[in-house]
Amino acid sequence: MARKISMKDAINEALDQEMQRDPTVIVMGEDIVGGTGSPGESDAWGGVLGVTKGLYAKHGDRLMDTPLSESAYIGAAIGAATCGLRPVAELMFIDFMGVCLDEIFNQGAKFRYMFGGKAETPVVIRAMCGAGFRAAAQHSQMLTPIVTHIPGLKVVCASNAYDTKGLLIQSIRDNDPVIFLEHKNLYAHESEVPEESYTIPFGEAAIVREGKSATIVTYGQTVHRSLDAAGALAKDGIDVEIVDLRTLSPIDTDTVIESVEKTGRLVCVDEANPRCSIASDVAATVAQEAFKALKAPVRMVTAPHTPVPFSPALEDLYIPSAERIGDAVRQTMAA
Amino acid sequence: MSDKIIPIIMPKWGLSMQEGRLAEWHVKEGDVIAPGQEIMDVETDKIANVVEAADGGLLRRRVAAEDTVYPVRALLGVLAPEDVPDAEIDAYVEGFVTPEPAEGEEEEGPAYLFVETPAGRLRYAERGGEGDAIVLVHGFGGDLDNWLFNIDALAASGHVFALDLPGHGQSVKKPVGLDDLVDTLEAFMDAAGTGPAHLVGHSMGGAVSAMLALRQPGKVKSLTLVDAAGLGEEINAAYIDGFVAAESRREMKPVVEHLFADKSLVNRQLVDDLMKYKRLDGVDAALRAIADSAFADGHQSALLGERIGAADIPVLVIWGAEDAVIPAAQAANVPGARVEIIPDAGHMPQMEAAARVNEVIRDFLAGI
Repeated sequence: MARKISMKDAINEALDQEMQRDPTVIVMGEDIVGGTGSPGESDAWGGVLGVTKGLYAKHGDRLMDTPLSESAYIGAAIGAATCGLRPVAELMFIDFMGVCLDEIFNQGAKFRYMFGGKAETPVVIRAMCGAGFRAAAQHSQMLTPIVTHIPGLKVVCASNAYDTKGLLIQSIRDNDPVIFLEHKNLYAHESEVPEESYTIPFGEAAIVREGKSATIVTYGQTVHRSLDAAGALAKDGIDVEIVDLRTLSPIDTDTVIESVEKTGRLVCVDEANPRCSIASDVAATVAQEAFKALKAPVRMVTAPHTPVPFSPALEDLYIPSAERIGDAVRQTMAA
Repeated sequence: MSDKIIPIIMPKWGLSMQEGRLAEWHVKEGDVIAPGQEIMDVETDKIANVVEAADGGLLRRRVAAEDTVYPVRALLGVLAPEDVPDAEIDAYVEGFVTPEPAEGEEEEGPAYLFVETPAGRLRYAERGGEGDAIVLVHGFGGDLDNWLFNIDALAASGHVFALDLPGHGQSVKKPVGLDDLVDTLEAFMDAAGTGPAHLVGHSMGGAVSAMLALRQPGKVKSLTLVDAAGLGEEINAAYIDGFVAAESRREMKPVVEHLFADKSLVNRQLVDDLMKYKRLDGVDAALRAIADSAFADGHQSALLGERIGAADIPVLVIWGAEDAVIPAAQAANVPGARVEIIPDAGHMPQMEAAARVNEVIRDFLAGI
């Protein structure tokens, strides 16, 4: 039965249900129990924002607080995955990936390839991403292009609670390493989510708004900014279609191209920095595969090529806003 | 104000509908409209459908514009006889207030109910009504919302129940066969306390209803079979297999188009909702088990027409003339039954030609 829950609760429920279903699923990370050394479960914080709260009471030592050493525990998770467990390791913030990148891109992502297809590495690395949380330059980055660049990794970045639960369950059941990115600004966002377990396949974008005038391709927090922009544009008779990519590797090129063939106009919206981003990737793919369908130049709306500012006023300017998205759509309409 | 003025309002299809887009009028001012006549196309985020007139009369005013969104129960048009002056119609339009949805309308009465049965937890909907129970049984891959356009209308003829069979909708997900579904229908009627009931079964739900009627004639007062399974061997295997196998929207859309004479009714939301259902744990296994039990290799396992015809029970057979899943010719396979073929409808006449189907069923029930 479906009811409204937040994205944060959807993550918790997916982990809980998969731990119940499959005894090989374990969860590890910094402070994910949060009660180490304290006397009782009531002290277990369940992670820095409480996402894993309550799971320790149900599943005990299958949740593990790790030392503050990303290279150690991400490496351990990847190793455990090759030996029969299905670890879900929480990297807390994607910004911390630098210290364990070798374990991710040189080890986990390469095993299937280097061992003749015989090695499986069913690990999920969960991490918060994105700006708007007043968390400054080292805790706010949208580093999606860094992980999509690496063959051998699957990359998820959902925009709502329904997709989050289905894609996280799919990620846990998948036999390859998955980088599961959670926009921290969306943790409180609620949508209808079935109580039952379910999956959403990788590589299937969602059309969150149907329209005829122009296509917006985006993912994560900017899906909602794009919906806001669409509402304002509709008042002027501009009827945009919004494609939520949901998974960035693999990426659903077919749905993007079908939409652009219908509308003839494309605006790529990405909270990542502009160079070599998801936005530039989608723009290039459409230019190559569907150039003749385009009635106007492709426009990109991204963060500027700067670190995320700590000043709230500047951070608000940094993230693509509904106004900037709307302006870009109007420019494609005028061209 | 003349009581001869009858409003045409935006319909409410299902609980979640808040507004609808009037896509196109099929009638113009000055037309005389008959009840059941197709008067306009309305689209919601869930479904597009033709609206059939609830009332007849002279269309004096088209208040609503095409290609425009209106809230549920908004005034779209005005019916009134010629002798009502224009000024009075103007005043009526001017004074019309769209009823606000009640605060937390969904809490007015329980939208969906659940009941525990030996087969597991089942979801159902109920509409109060005087008289005998009418139980609506959906088909393969469907759910109780397949009766969206019927459940309220049929409440005028009795106390209506619509359930989700196991493996479907929000009922328990487990692999079962056709016989188990019959057990479940009986268990549901006992648990929900329907008493002896008129069964209305669509497609596979028709076969399930007919099997229960043969097994427990005392519990079934009449049978209405809508594009029903169980009346002939032939069934479109591409539909059944395609529905079970579809793993993406792209694969599902052409499969679902088999269901309707008007394929434009298959919009993205309809396909998305089906995929959301199919992706629940256990649904795949449940659908495969039912398909293997009822429709293996493109042949129907249960052939019930002769036995139902011989049984002492009133039977109404309704079929969409354009049915691409089970051929309409099978409507003739119940000896002695009343048969109604619905033109321009496919496998889902209860949705595509809801007003006509409702009228036929109510007429049939009134004659029992």
